[in-house]
Amino acid sequence: MKQLKTIKIILWPLLLFGWTMAFATVLPEDRADVLYHRFDGGGVTVSGPSILVRKKVLDSVSVSANYYVDMVSSASIDVQTTASAYTEERTQYSVGVDYLHSKTVTSLNYTNSSESDYEANTLSFGVSQDFFGDLTTLSIGYSQGDDTVMKNGQPDFKKPAKRQNYRLGLTQIITRSFLMSLNSETITDNGFLNNPYRSVRFLDPSVPLGYSFQQEIYPETKTSTAVSLLGKYFLPYRAAVSAEYRYYSDTWGVKASHYKLGYTQPIGDYFTVDLSYRDYNQNHGDFYSDLFPFENAQNFLARDKELSTYRSQSVGAGVTWDFKMNFIGIEKGSLNLFINYFQFQFDDFRDIRVIDTPGTEPFYKFNAMVTRAYVSFFY
Amino acid sequence: MNTKLKNLLLIISLSVLSISSLYAAEKISGPAQDFTLKSRSGKNVRLAEQKGNVVLINFWASWCGPCRQEMPKLEQMYQKYKDLGFTLLGINLDATPELSQKLLKDITVTFPVLFDPENKVSEAYDVESMPTTVIIDKNGNKRFLHKGYQPGYENDYEEQVKQLLRE
Amino acid sequence: MNNFFKKFMIVTMIILVTGCSIKPWVKPYERQNLADPIMSLTEAPVSAQYIDHVYEAREGARGAGGGGGGGCGCN
Repeated sequence: MKQLKTIKIILWPLLLFGWTMAFATVLPEDRADVLYHRFDGGGVTVSGPSILVRKKVLDSVSVSANYYVDMVSSASIDVQTTASAYTEERTQYSVGVDYLHSKTVTSLNYTNSSESDYEANTLSFGVSQDFFGDLTTLSIGYSQGDDTVMKNGQPDFKKPAKRQNYRLGLTQIITRSFLMSLNSETITDNGFLNNPYRSVRFLDPSVPLGYSFQQEIYPETKTSTAVSLLGKYFLPYRAAVSAEYRYYSDTWGVKASHYKLGYTQPIGDYFTVDLSYRDYNQNHGDFYSDLFPFENAQNFLARDKELSTYRSQSVGAGVTWDFKMNFIGIEKGSLNLFINYFQFQFDDFRDIRVIDTPGTEPFYKFNAMVTRAYVSFFY
Repeated sequence: MNTKLKNLLLIISLSVLSISSLYAAEKISGPAQDFTLKSRSGKNVRLAEQKGNVVLINFWASWCGPCRQEMPKLEQMYQKYKDLGFTLLGINLDATPELSQKLLKDITVTFPVLFDPENKVSEAYDVESMPTTVIIDKNGNKRFLHKGYQPGYENDYEEQVKQLLRE
Repeated sequence: MNNFFKKFMIVTMIILVTGCSIKPWVKPYERQNLADPIMSLTEAPVSAQYIDHVYEAREGARGAGGGGGGGCGCN
C-alpha cells in the first residue's frame, strides 16, 4: 500500500534520530479499575462490567489485563421491523505489555472478543517516543484483526473478516499551559463486512406493505482514514478546556466529521467535574438507500442506519471523587460517574414501524443514555 | 504477509536502536556554579560553603512522579554518608514553594531542602529533565550528571559518591 | 487520503529534523500545569475504551481516537 511505503520512508530517518535523542518517558501507573457500563436507547440496552488491572513487573515492564462483558437485550428498530427481540452476551479479554527503555515505550496488546455469532481476535503493536526536551511525542501503531462472522441458527455459516489499522500520532506542547495532538488512523478491512441478519427494502407493488426485503450486499473491501486534532488549555484559576475535531472518509463514500468541546473543573481538593458537548455529522455511503426502486437495483445494497445521513449530538457530565487510602498497598483511588445523553436524527433512514406510503414514513430518531460508573485504585 | 513482517521488523529495529543509544548518566566537568538559596529551616544555604564535602544536588518538583520515587533513596544515602564528608541538597523547583509540601508531607527527608521558585539555579545548571542529579567533588567541581530517575540509579549515585569520597 | 498521509509525514519529518536544533521552550521544571491530572489527554482506560466503543458501534466513522504525550515529561 502506498501509505505503507510513505510510513517506511519516514521510519528510517527516525532510526537515526534514535541515536541522538536522550530523553526518556515513564510507564503508565499501576492501577485497578472496575467499571459498570450501560447503553440505553433505540430499543437496545447493553450493560456489563469492565475490569482492568495493570502492574509494573521488573523495572521497565508494565502488564495489563482487561475483562469486559456486553449483555445485550435488543429490540432495536432493525430487530423490530425484520426479526424478534433477542438477548446476547459478548465477552472480551485483553492482555497487554508495555516495555520502557530509556526513551521509548513499546506496547503489545492482544484482544479476543467472542459472542455466539462473532469471534474477533486483534493483535496491536505500538511505539511511542519523546523528543525535543519531551515537548513532542511521536507514536506509531499497527493492529491486525482476524474475525469470524457466524449466524445464529446456521452452524455452517462461517465467514472471515480481516482488518489492519495503521496509526500515527503527534502530541506537541505549545506553551506551559497548552498542548495539541494530531492523530491519524487508516483502516483496511476485507472479507465478510456486513451483518448477516440485516436487509434492505425495495419498492414492491405486488405486496400490501408496498415494499419487500432482501439481504444486504456489501463490498468485500473497505479502506477508511480518519484525522483528528485536539487541543487542551490550562486556565489560570485551575481548570482545563479542550476542543477536538475529527474528519473521516472511506471508500464506501461515507464522509463524517465531529467536533467536541470539553471543560474540566476541580472543586476543592477532592472533586472534579467534567462537562462535554459533541456534535457528529455523517453523509450516507454510496450504495446506501432507505428504499430501493426494485429488487437487486445495484451491485451493492445497504440500508444500515449507520451508513445513512445523520447527526448525533451528545452532552456529557461527570463527577470524580479522589480519595487517599492506605490498605494492602493501595495509596489512593477515585470514584467516578459519567453520563452521556445522545440524540440521533436520521435524514435518509425512515422509521418503518410507521405504516405509510413507502418512502414517506417519518425519518427515524432516537435518544440514548450512556452511563459509566467506575472505581479506580492506584498502588 | 511479507510487507507486514517487514513493517513489524522495521518498527522493532527502530525501538531497539533508539533504546541502545544513550544511558542517562554523564561525566561532566567544570566548577559548580555557586548559589545561595533559602532552606526549609528559613536559613540561607550557600553551595561554596560546602567545599571540602562531596555534594549531591537533586532538582525536583512536587508534581514529578519519578522525583517521588527517588526521594526515599536519597534520604537513605544521606543517612549513610552524611558523617563521612557528604552532603545532599534537594532543590525544589515548584513555582510556589508551598506546593513542595504535597510531596514532603508524605516522604520524610532530613537533608536540606532548598527553594528555587524563580528557577535561577536550575537555569544555571541547565536542567534538562525532571529530576536531575548533579554530583560535585570536594573541590567544588561538577563530576557526574544524571538525567531523570529510573529505579537502580541510586546504586550509581552511591558508587560515584564513594569514589569522590576516596579522592 | 494517500495524499494527505504523505503530507502528514512530510510535516512530521520537517518538525523532527528542524527540532533537533531547537532548544525546548518549556523547561522541564516549568511543566506543573501540564503535569496536572486535569490536563491529561487520556482518562481512565476502561472509561475511554468504552465510550470509544459506543461511538464506533453507533456511528459510521472510526479511528484516530487519540494519543499520549504531554504530562510531566519526567525522565
